[in-house]
Amino acid sequence: MSTAARPYALLAEFDNPASVMHAAEKIRDAGYQRWDVHTPFPIHGLDGAMGLRNSKVGWFTFIGGTSGFTLGMLMIWWMGKVDYAIPVGGKPLFSPIFAVPVAYELTILLGAFGTLFGMFFLNRLPKHYHPVLKHPRFRNVTHDKIYVVIENADPKFSETETRRLLEHVGGQHIEVVED
Amino acid sequence: MAHSSHKVPTFVVAPPAELEREPLVHNQRSFSWISDKIAGIAEGKTPTWWWIALGISLVGMLTMFGMIAYLISTGVGVWGLHQPTAWAWDITNFVFWIGIGHAGTLISAILCLLRQRWRTSINRAAEAMTLFAVACAGIFPVVHTGRVWYALMPGFLIPFPNANAIWPQFRSPLLWDVFAVSTYGTVSLLFWFTGLIPDLATMRDRATTKVKKFMYGLFALGWTGSNRHWSNYEKAYLILAGLSTPLVLSVHSVVSFDFAVSQVPGWHTTIFPPYFVAGAIFSGFGMVLTLLIPLRSICKLEDVITTRHIELMCKVILATGSMVGYAYGMEFFIAWYGGNPYELYAFQNRAFGPYWWAYWTMITCNVISPHLFWFKWSRTKMWFVFLVSIVVNIGMWFERFVIIVTSLHRDYLPSSWDYFHPTYVDIMTFVGSFGLFCTLFLLFMRFLPIIAIAEVKAVTPQADPHHPMGGAKLGGAH
Repeated sequence: MSTAARPYALLAEFDNPASVMHAAEKIRDAGYQRWDVHTPFPIHGLDGAMGLRNSKVGWFTFIGGTSGFTLGMLMIWWMGKVDYAIPVGGKPLFSPIFAVPVAYELTILLGAFGTLFGMFFLNRLPKHYHPVLKHPRFRNVTHDKIYVVIENADPKFSETETRRLLEHVGGQHIEVVED
Repeated sequence: MAHSSHKVPTFVVAPPAELEREPLVHNQRSFSWISDKIAGIAEGKTPTWWWIALGISLVGMLTMFGMIAYLISTGVGVWGLHQPTAWAWDITNFVFWIGIGHAGTLISAILCLLRQRWRTSINRAAEAMTLFAVACAGIFPVVHTGRVWYALMPGFLIPFPNANAIWPQFRSPLLWDVFAVSTYGTVSLLFWFTGLIPDLATMRDRATTKVKKFMYGLFALGWTGSNRHWSNYEKAYLILAGLSTPLVLSVHSVVSFDFAVSQVPGWHTTIFPPYFVAGAIFSGFGMVLTLLIPLRSICKLEDVITTRHIELMCKVILATGSMVGYAYGMEFFIAWYGGNPYELYAFQNRAFGPYWWAYWTMITCNVISPHLFWFKWSRTKMWFVFLVSIVVNIGMWFERFVIIVTSLHRDYLPSSWDYFHPTYVDIMTFVGSFGLFCTLFLLFMRFLPIIAIAEVKAVTPQADPHHPMGGAKLGGAH
């Protein structure tokens, strides 16, 4: 297989959160779309510096939680009152009161599943192949280095201009990541 | 440069010394030190003490499984149970273990919502403790039915279409418990795994063998530390904390309904839900300290789990221990003030009846011992804290024993009154459950990072982009 590897992105290394924060603001202001900052831990304020909107995970939690509560109530009503009624001591066959603990737990259970799988969906995880993971320097991203990655697919990308921008904002070891 | 507004100030007026907060990570450790130190625990050569501890734990675990096999093949008569004491060590052990789990969720979820940043050093190990404690707890209600195939058969506990066409009895608190405990176990696992993803990526990137790289990589799900991912991840983590908080409060409330919904004097009280939750957190912090104090000294983690962390946990024990003491007092007051002679008798019988020794052991361990933590000396001497944490564990086991056995052993018919004696099977099953717990914990510390690496990095001073030292200057140096 001798197909030449296509370039995927330009990668620049940063040492500390303060410097990458300013770099992110400048890349955002330069109008780039397909770029990312890879960090060993969440840096507070970086979302704003990158121009990211508030995460939509909460919607998945809401859908999970409401379906959990509804399913719980319907299940208890149908099983205990409709499908197989067992009268015990004149107690009602269904009441929303005694159904609360189980419906409550199911709200939380499905809400939690909604949250986790919603996060996976929004992040497109699991994704075991990613070009940056092949880059030899990139393994420090989970250790102590921060990387800015600007993709070739970005409409504003240009090998020389983008490299100059990364140099200007203080990036070190600016290298090409191959797809 | 044009962007002078972003210039990092080089000089700020330092706050007065008495307002200076002790840092969460001592000795100005760098990011690389944190991952080297914590990941190094799981990466290094397996220490001899670990093999010895695992051997002892495995013996305990196998003893437990052997006792359970004997119980299932013979019947619940191999325990000391009889009428009227039809619940004794089995349900005591269940409530004991499930209660221990609650501290893990308190640390991971409630302290997260309250922005208590010191939680980051201890949450991973505490959440692991929660999972393993729930695993131990889950065994007892299943095996106490004797004919476990009924308990596990679809239709009795889990609503699943079955040949008998019947469904679980949703009016029973025992069934609420099934849902509460299984939801608790599942959500704790999801929360724990979510927290682990970035650290599994750290382990993947440090792995030296192909097998390790594959296994850590598989579970790291291809995490690249992308800030677009962190943004959704942080939101999901916060929401999971928000979901776990009402969950953990509901779980021990539902456990207390197992007792409070029944008509037994000594059980039928409205104070049970908050009293059980406070007791659960009290006992759980006892267990967290019992595990972490040896761990921090063996693994040399004093810079991450600092004396301040231990002190703060002691203060939680002091607070929840005081709540438990108040609940004991209030139970007695209501038994007298309520004017129900059976209720009053049940409480007099607890303190001065044949089980007086269990009651006063409970009072000594749970009401008196936490008050030692009013003194700084006792919060900062590690051997002393360790000792008190064990006393708390003993006391909380006795609390459940006292509630269950003393309320049952004298029912409304004096001719059937009896005294409960555990058999060796009771004792070995309980002792063996510690074997299971320790086996799981030892495997955890051998294969996974026992402290949340990414979260600890995030609470160091150099992680804050607005910190005047702005990164590498103060301890961020590599």
